[in-house]
Amino acid sequence: MRIPTLYALPLDVMPVALIERAASLLFKRLLVTHPGLFDRLGEFRERRFVFAPVDLPLVFKVEPEKKALSVCRKPQDFEADARIEAPLFLLLALLEGRCDADALFFSRDLTVTGDMEAMLAMRNALDDSNIDLPRDLSRMTGPLAPLFARAGNSLRRRALGEETAAWN
Amino acid sequence: MELICPAGTPAAFREAVDAGADAVYCGFRDETNARNFPGLNFSREELREAIAYAHARGVETFVALNTFMRAGDEEIWYRAAADAVALGADALILADFGLMAHVAERYPEQRLHVSVQASASNPEAIGFLVEAFNAKRVVLPRTLTVADIARIGKRIPCEMEVFVFGGLCVMAEGRCSLSSYATGKSPNMNGVCSPASHVHYRKDGRDMVSELGDFTINRFPAGEAAGYPTLCKGRFDIADSHAYAFEDPVSLDAMGEIDALRAAGVSALKIEGRQRGKAYVADVVSTLRKALDATPAERERLLARMHGMSEGQKTTTGAYEKRWR
Repeated sequence: MRIPTLYALPLDVMPVALIERAASLLFKRLLVTHPGLFDRLGEFRERRFVFAPVDLPLVFKVEPEKKALSVCRKPQDFEADARIEAPLFLLLALLEGRCDADALFFSRDLTVTGDMEAMLAMRNALDDSNIDLPRDLSRMTGPLAPLFARAGNSLRRRALGEETAAWN
Repeated sequence: MELICPAGTPAAFREAVDAGADAVYCGFRDETNARNFPGLNFSREELREAIAYAHARGVETFVALNTFMRAGDEEIWYRAAADAVALGADALILADFGLMAHVAERYPEQRLHVSVQASASNPEAIGFLVEAFNAKRVVLPRTLTVADIARIGKRIPCEMEVFVFGGLCVMAEGRCSLSSYATGKSPNMNGVCSPASHVHYRKDGRDMVSELGDFTINRFPAGEAAGYPTLCKGRFDIADSHAYAFEDPVSLDAMGEIDALRAAGVSALKIEGRQRGKAYVADVVSTLRKALDATPAERERLLARMHGMSEGQKTTTGAYEKRWR
């Protein structure tokens, strides 16, 4: 499922600094929950990875060594060592290991360019990480965590389809 | 028949066990196995935990040490064999005769399987490995017909394991030099076919171009399903034709042949895919487990959606039903 253009419109006007601040908070939360997230990257920790959702006007850059996440608005772009492009929900599904990256590559839903060793290492690191975004991120909301987790699970089910979301 | 399932990470390993594997095969995070990709495979500690997880659920673990030892560096492979034995591997999957001899001599109680990388494809070769190294099982190359397998089965004193699903290597495995020719690295010596360090993808208009070293492997127009960047699945200009020289980008699905394979004496069915994600492993293993117990009609329905996960989004029965052109 792609994000409808209408839903992505606010991101065209929202200050990038604000988006980056929010995205960095979520990123840091994931690193707290999964401290070994980038262990499998080995020598590729120092590479710069760009994640470009094709259905959002934004580009995200992750630098594992610095534990940093940056955001820019298209048509601006980041210099990076490896780059992956796909619809947002598929990128998130890859983050959780809910989809197989090779299958998405075969179906042309996903495009990769740049340093393929680094990209493979990142794919394998994420695949082994057991990230569950609704579970992991809802914990930031304190007593509202169950509510946010349920909402996140529901959204994921609709985005990825019942079968995929039910897995694990 | 046993279902032998792949795992490239501990998460994928647990999925394979939970989804119904009889045995899971995996390798160490180094050049001792033929899936030596960045970020993939197991540390010694991860393998220890994985074997314990599997054994607690009645599932076996096979450790692939299926590359060929580099002269002067044999200790890397000897150490891997020693560690796999000490960690409790139920079988070692070996390709190098020298390593087989070492394991047979040092660890005579250790179960030894002949890797597909050994390219043992006739009764004489297999018989020699059984006699010389006490091999208990041979993984047959994906270049034999079902009739070939049945003929071999009648003349060998060990179990046979065959690939039924996943990546399709169309070469005499362990002897293919295409990757070496293009990149200087091979699955046989370095554990990598088309190493990621030499793979490049680029956009050219709406086309996606895949390159390996100095070679253009393929150009996929928008909407056309893609394949791995291997020379054996490349599309080339040959004389007046522009076509796949060896094989199309396609994966193996021989689940329609399992009754014939059982009749041929096959003991175990192998799923390729240690480089694939845990979602693939969970989906394929659980589907194939159901298919093994299903009627032929149900089996076809269960497997229909597997095409979408396959290279080129297509599957073939490969050599099981035909001879190569």
